[in-house]
Amino acid sequence: MDLRYSESEEAFRAGLRSWLADVLPTLPPKPSHLDWPGRRAYDTAWQRMLFDAGYAGIDWPVEGGGRGASPVEQLIYLEELERAHAPYVGVNFVGLLHAGPTVIVEGTPEQRARFLPPILRGDEVWCQGFSEPGAGSDLASLRTRAVRDGDEYVVTGQKIWTSHAEVADFCELLVRTGPEDSRHRGITWLILPMDRPGIDFRPLRTIAGSTEFGELFLDGVRVPVANRVGDENDGWRVTMTTLSFERGTAFVGEVLQSMELLRGLRALARRTGGWADAQVRRRTGHLGAELDALWALARRNVSQAARTGVPGIGGSVYKLALSELRQRIAELGMDLAGAAGLVWDELPGTDGRGPLGNAEIVSTWVHSFSRTIAAGTSQIQRNIIAERILGLPKG
Amino acid sequence: MDFELSEDERALAEGMRRLCAGRFPLDRLRAAEGTRAGLDPAGWAELAEAGVFSLRLPEADGGLGLPTAAAAVVFEELGRALVPGPSLASHLAAGVVDGAAEGKVVVGAVHRSAAGVAPVVVEHLGSLGTLVVVDDDGLSVVDPATVGAEAVERPLDPLTPLWHVAALPAGERVGGPDDAARWRRDSRVLGGALLVGLAAATVDLAVAYAKEREQFGKPIGSFQAVKHLCADMLVRAEVARAAVHAAAVTIDQPDVGDDVRAAAGAGLLAAEAAVANGKACIQVHGGMGFTWEVPAHLYLMRARVLSGALGEADALAEVVATRY
Repeated sequence: MDLRYSESEEAFRAGLRSWLADVLPTLPPKPSHLDWPGRRAYDTAWQRMLFDAGYAGIDWPVEGGGRGASPVEQLIYLEELERAHAPYVGVNFVGLLHAGPTVIVEGTPEQRARFLPPILRGDEVWCQGFSEPGAGSDLASLRTRAVRDGDEYVVTGQKIWTSHAEVADFCELLVRTGPEDSRHRGITWLILPMDRPGIDFRPLRTIAGSTEFGELFLDGVRVPVANRVGDENDGWRVTMTTLSFERGTAFVGEVLQSMELLRGLRALARRTGGWADAQVRRRTGHLGAELDALWALARRNVSQAARTGVPGIGGSVYKLALSELRQRIAELGMDLAGAAGLVWDELPGTDGRGPLGNAEIVSTWVHSFSRTIAAGTSQIQRNIIAERILGLPKG
Repeated sequence: MDFELSEDERALAEGMRRLCAGRFPLDRLRAAEGTRAGLDPAGWAELAEAGVFSLRLPEADGGLGLPTAAAAVVFEELGRALVPGPSLASHLAAGVVDGAAEGKVVVGAVHRSAAGVAPVVVEHLGSLGTLVVVDDDGLSVVDPATVGAEAVERPLDPLTPLWHVAALPAGERVGGPDDAARWRRDSRVLGGALLVGLAAATVDLAVAYAKEREQFGKPIGSFQAVKHLCADMLVRAEVARAAVHAAAVTIDQPDVGDDVRAAAGAGLLAAEAAVANGKACIQVHGGMGFTWEVPAHLYLMRARVLSGALGEADALAEVVATRY
């Protein structure tokens, strides 16, 4: 076991760090979370800067146009971006972390040539059409129907939790091509151009009051057969490729961000006098120990990926522990905020408290409830751990 | 950076697991339950022969000169096998107490609290050659024969005989405050490794039972209520193991982090994991888990014995909080 970085890894870190120090001060202010076209422009401009500097698709293989960095370099990349407060992947999330990697592994040469470069350059944005009102944790029960008509599929159905659909150019779409009860044997993975007729998007309001996701209604939408990734009815296997990417390094930045949040909470407690309370110190210390452990676990998962080439199943352990921990950190924030935690907008008098005014504490707390639901609920993660790691029988 | 076990570390773990299976099988350990029998000298000699006590002692001093990471791997296996005796104290005493490294002298340890009001118990006092007393000012050695103590009739862990100490002699000073701090730090990490071994063993025990025990016509492990208990057990064990390994590596490679914070956090999480998993293991076994026959309770009780030696959970959390 070795936690030291090699000379070439340190050189990679130093180069990235100095580039970030140069470019981050030149970024425009981040648009409001209600202004999705503004956010698209901001996020894709950042992606273009990464591309021009050779940092786009850091985890993508070279033949996909990416940098082909080792898993350890990917970890360093995520660590440095987090420490420098660089913009998040934002609207580029699905393209860079889901659709792109899937097209790299499962797409045809034509598909790779057409779809991958614009993702890397920040020219095109993707959204995800997987879940349905009747197919959440039980994704294989999805019903959105695709019927072959010549060299096109005609798609009708409804998707939900589709993030950034109003600013997306393409949607990675799972459709039913087999018989109604064919479950995972009758699913196909399609690339849906979002400018096709028959697509209607209705935003859903979250408990945070925001509209970051919504429902996608598809009514006779025609998708070229050439946009099919993988074989007809083989989409479940194609999808599993995508999900394994998601459980790899997708949450690495979050543990570092949570460490900073906890340090901010400690600073807040010191300012307000809460630090004199032994309970507050013990809770902080306990949460800190857990974060240190998860950062260690992240490095272990990355080391496994470096050895085997595949993100390990250990990602489920990490994801479950981190999303539950995140909620407890957010809870400490609310306890420290006191009455200020009842107000969404920054209260006067909390100015100068840096990033940890009441607005951030409240927002962090409310958003923490999505962590144990999105990307596989904690209950589904426990099933995965029990069945795939511990070998317990399916119910 | 490669935070996976190296081939040498894996081989070390496997070797230790084989040694434990051969010398300390559970049925043999259980035969000595409650008899207040002393430590088996042949078993202790075998641990010494395998280098358990001399593992980190420099080669120039007759040790193996291995890093703390290797010791963490070894102690996890000793915990997993419920190997009785103060192996950790004897390991930490190598180089401090003559004969400890070679296994000629069995060394126990006790922490003297500043307040001095809590009852003091020492494990295996009857088998000890030397008792190390750890306090804020340093390390002292005490001749066990001079300790006024009475054997406890019913120790919580039937495999860890205890003595109730009425008065602890001052003893002879053998180390200063830095030695005591290092002793405490290392005992959190390697005691944490013992506890991770317990936590991992209970996962195996609970999962095996959940696969085999049938109710409502199927294995109870097919029910989500039981599955999720088992999944949470694995999460606790794996998170604690990562913490213990990272703390061990941080001792070996000081540039990678704060060793004191890492050690306190590792001890805290490992103790919690072992105790919580011990309880969950009993729960998964249902009524059988509450019987003496099923060994689930042995892991829980050992977890209590070991976690008490690391320091109070609250104190460990405060160490992390102040250094975060």
